Amino acid sequence: MAGATAPVSPPGAAIRPPRERVSSWPLVDRIFYGLCWATGIGLCLIAVWIVLFMLSKGISNLSLHLLVTSPAASLHQTQSGGFKDPLIGTFIVAAIGIVIAAPLGVAIAAWLVEFGRPAWLARAVESSIEMLAGTPSVVLALFALIIFSQGFLSFLSQGAAHGALGLSFFNAGITMSLLALPLIVAVTREALQQLPARMREASLALGKTRATTTRHVLLPAIRPSIASGVVLGMGRIIGDTAIITLVLGVSLTNEPVGHTPVVGYLRGTGSTLTSYIYNNSPAGDGNSHEKAYAAAFVLLMIVLALNALATRLAGGGQAGTDNGRRRVRNTLLAYARGGATS
Amino acid sequence: MDPLMPPPIRRIALDRTPTVAPPRGTPQQNGAPAESSTAAALRGPRPVAALVRERMHLEGVWLAYGENWVVRDVTLPVRQGEVLALIGASGSGKTTLLRSLNRLTEITSGAARAGRITLDGHDIHELEVNTLRRRVSMVFQQPNPFPMSIFDNVAYALAEQAPEGSRRRRRRSPELTGAVEDALRRAGLWEEVGGDLDRPALRLSGGQQQRLCIARSLAAKPEVLLLDEPCSALDPISTATIEELIVGLRESVAIVIVTHNLQQAFRVADHVAFMHLGELVEYGPSEQVFDRPREQRTRDYVSGAFG
Repeated sequence: MAGATAPVSPPGAAIRPPRERVSSWPLVDRIFYGLCWATGIGLCLIAVWIVLFMLSKGISNLSLHLLVTSPAASLHQTQSGGFKDPLIGTFIVAAIGIVIAAPLGVAIAAWLVEFGRPAWLARAVESSIEMLAGTPSVVLALFALIIFSQGFLSFLSQGAAHGALGLSFFNAGITMSLLALPLIVAVTREALQQLPARMREASLALGKTRATTTRHVLLPAIRPSIASGVVLGMGRIIGDTAIITLVLGVSLTNEPVGHTPVVGYLRGTGSTLTSYIYNNSPAGDGNSHEKAYAAAFVLLMIVLALNALATRLAGGGQAGTDNGRRRVRNTLLAYARGGATS
Repeated sequence: MDPLMPPPIRRIALDRTPTVAPPRGTPQQNGAPAESSTAAALRGPRPVAALVRERMHLEGVWLAYGENWVVRDVTLPVRQGEVLALIGASGSGKTTLLRSLNRLTEITSGAARAGRITLDGHDIHELEVNTLRRRVSMVFQQPNPFPMSIFDNVAYALAEQAPEGSRRRRRRSPELTGAVEDALRRAGLWEEVGGDLDRPALRLSGGQQQRLCIARSLAAKPEVLLLDEPCSALDPISTATIEELIVGLRESVAIVIVTHNLQQAFRVADHVAFMHLGELVEYGPSEQVFDRPREQRTRDYVSGAFG
């Protein structure tokens, strides 16, 4: 007979539980419910407003010409060039910072979670990382400038009358790594802690050392989390102004030192998009707010793209439960928001 | 007492004299026929392994977490060629005892021990711990394959420490591939997964994952295999497959299995040790422990097995 196939849907209409009526709630609850809606929508509106504002201002002022010409000193806006150098500078500083911070941060987190002995040292490291996360970047910048001005560190920048100049891509990148480090440590740590204990036990029970277990099982398992931590760390670096102002020098164009191809460039001073925006805002010397808008738009796009990438990375991968992933993502967001101090 | 809760049906008597049966080979004191009532009916005849020899020996072992002694004065042999099942209620110390055999208890902070455990006559606490764990391998209650491919899971276990080049297919040597295939065959998984070893291990079914974990443990050619309730998270068909596997493996490895499932203990074990509140109450051949327990406590516990 034809009864071999099961019916696709139940006979008759589907019964759904009735929706709860807000009007039946007490007045106070209804007011708070309304407030929750209002704040949520308000937040969205502000975000959309910022993006749309930058979009309209940015696109109307942006042109390919701006992206490919260096800034020039001129009173006429038509001759003061674009922001090719700051754009390159942004990427260089982010690259140096992340190349230092990523391995260091992952290593610190792995040590904290998987080894963490002696306990007093682990506690000290933990507090130091937290302190670093809470330090305003301008304080870090000032400290870094003092250190890098010491004569024996002149190979990182260039010599000066007393000691070293202390301003260079190297120095700015190194200082920036301190900004990204707490973020990467926190994300990696959280991800490692979320891994089920049985994953560790399984590896140890096979006669593997803790080091092998960490390197070949645990860290590969949390690769998506590490990647998203790194990406957010880059976002943090790209958005910072104080360190650029104090340690990169904010020269109009990127100025290499000597003639060594790459090293000379990195020893030289320069600028990034953030400092370019500051300088061209009405508060700065350039006072060319059309260009500031265009640069700000580019910067915003870069940071938004990085954040989107981080969210995708944190959501992907096969390790961990959904819950664990959500917690990792929440840590990421908390740090990304709380860290935007400058 | 809460009036809504019925009192426990069976109480376990609390006298405290452990009764340890003489090892297999010596004549039974009890004159009952060997194949008595339920034993033959449930399990059917099974040939005894050709070669039975002692690999591990526990001598007056006490184990504690913090201030709590969870295993008290256990003396037991672990023999190759037979399966030893540890049975007992929750909290009787079975799993802790099992974990102490490859020193996995040590990763829990606050763990303490007393007594002597030997592997082929050497105190395991004098062996290097990673070497010991390669010789005495463990499979856990929850299937826990690593989040990598099937091949990498087994290849990881094969390497002494870091797996060399197992991630890249082109660098897979014939020996490595052969060893992985061998381990998967021994775990009875080759027919099912042999076609695509690059599949992520976490895509396998629960039963397949557990057999992959067994394959992983077997890959390092251990001498003793510890199984901590390996079937408790699996369906009956996967359980049957794994039980067959366990019985088949006992020739080449000494097997210790912790189980809550008395029928399972009866089906797979040659010797059974019944533990209660950290004590070893009774140890003996499984027919004897299940059919003619000498201890009242054992009788109370195993009577649940057959209703």
